[in-house]
Amino acid sequence: MVAFNLPLNSRIGQGQTFKAPAGTKRVRDFKIYRWNPDDGKNPSTDTYEIDLDACGPMVLDALIKIKNEIDPTLTFRRSCREGICGSCAMNIDGGNTLACLKPIEDVKGAVKISPLPHMPVVKDLVPDLSQAYAQYSSIKPWMQADSPAPPDGERLQSKEERAKLDGMWECILCFCCSTSCPSYWWNGDRYLGPAVLLAAYRWIADSRDEATGQRLDELEDPFKLYRCHTIMNCTDTCPKGLNPAKAIGTIKQLIVERQG
Amino acid sequence: MSGTPHIDMLRSPLGRARGLGSARAGSHHWWMQRLTAIALVPLTLWFIFSVIHLAGATHQAVIEWLSSPLTMGLMLALIVATFHHLQLGVQVVIEDYVHDERAKLTAVLVVKALCILLALVCIVSVLKIGL
Repeated sequence: MVAFNLPLNSRIGQGQTFKAPAGTKRVRDFKIYRWNPDDGKNPSTDTYEIDLDACGPMVLDALIKIKNEIDPTLTFRRSCREGICGSCAMNIDGGNTLACLKPIEDVKGAVKISPLPHMPVVKDLVPDLSQAYAQYSSIKPWMQADSPAPPDGERLQSKEERAKLDGMWECILCFCCSTSCPSYWWNGDRYLGPAVLLAAYRWIADSRDEATGQRLDELEDPFKLYRCHTIMNCTDTCPKGLNPAKAIGTIKQLIVERQG
Repeated sequence: MSGTPHIDMLRSPLGRARGLGSARAGSHHWWMQRLTAIALVPLTLWFIFSVIHLAGATHQAVIEWLSSPLTMGLMLALIVATFHHLQLGVQVVIEDYVHDERAKLTAVLVVKALCILLALVCIVSVLKIGL
């Protein structure tokens, strides 16, 4: 939905400040979005002064330091700390990325952190991604083939055919791209979003899959696919360096191609 | 996500994601928008250069220019491409930003009707001058 102002209960107020110990040499402010569903208050921005000499290099290191040493109530998702699980996706310094892959040094001045944009917030930096996951499952992200697999081995694919999947299998479903897309903000209930369309194309491009036509049928829809207006925020923000915009463009091309 | 109350709050996320299903449409709209955009590049350039070229010309010279079959054909192509492209594009903008179904349908229909009317007025004007 288009909204020019946040609803009254979502306006962000001034929060607490947690000072660094006296005598700290390299201090960096972390301004972090806080919201607790249980206290009935509006969201606020808390400021944490972090000693960079006693902190790891990545934004996630600072978040973990805050949770361990300063404020255990800070809530965020994290797991692998090496950019393969997609849990710590959040908006850092105005862009969606993975906290574990974002060096603190890349940010000038205070490090501003908020949850992935335009998703319902569960608590603090934890967004509710149920809708995005359901959209992912709606495109049937698995191999569909009527021909039985060879009895003596796997379904074969040439090196060239396999190479077509490069740039797509690497997606970790962190949803940085979908939540950076204005079309997904305004029409996320019907537009599938770049992450899900990249996943859809991953199966369309797979030479072993036999449901290409049905997959294209299911995608050809003014909202599911054609809300993409090639804004390119998805490609710009992807922490894995993938190109969902190109995959979406190829889907549109294939749908035109099969008509004539 | 919206300010309006959901009547399908208890529906599963997958049910909501599937919604009314795929319309099996939209590619023609998208393709026509691209084709008219490409067609408009030379047509618009031709029109601008022609108007510049005709600056200061007599009324008679302009009528003669417009009466040639090539000019009339290009003018009609320009008019059709412009208004077709316009209504396709504005429809997308409305669908992006207007979420009330009735307001959306009304706005899209009004835009399309206006574009058809204006295109017809332009076509009739060209024919009237040129024929």
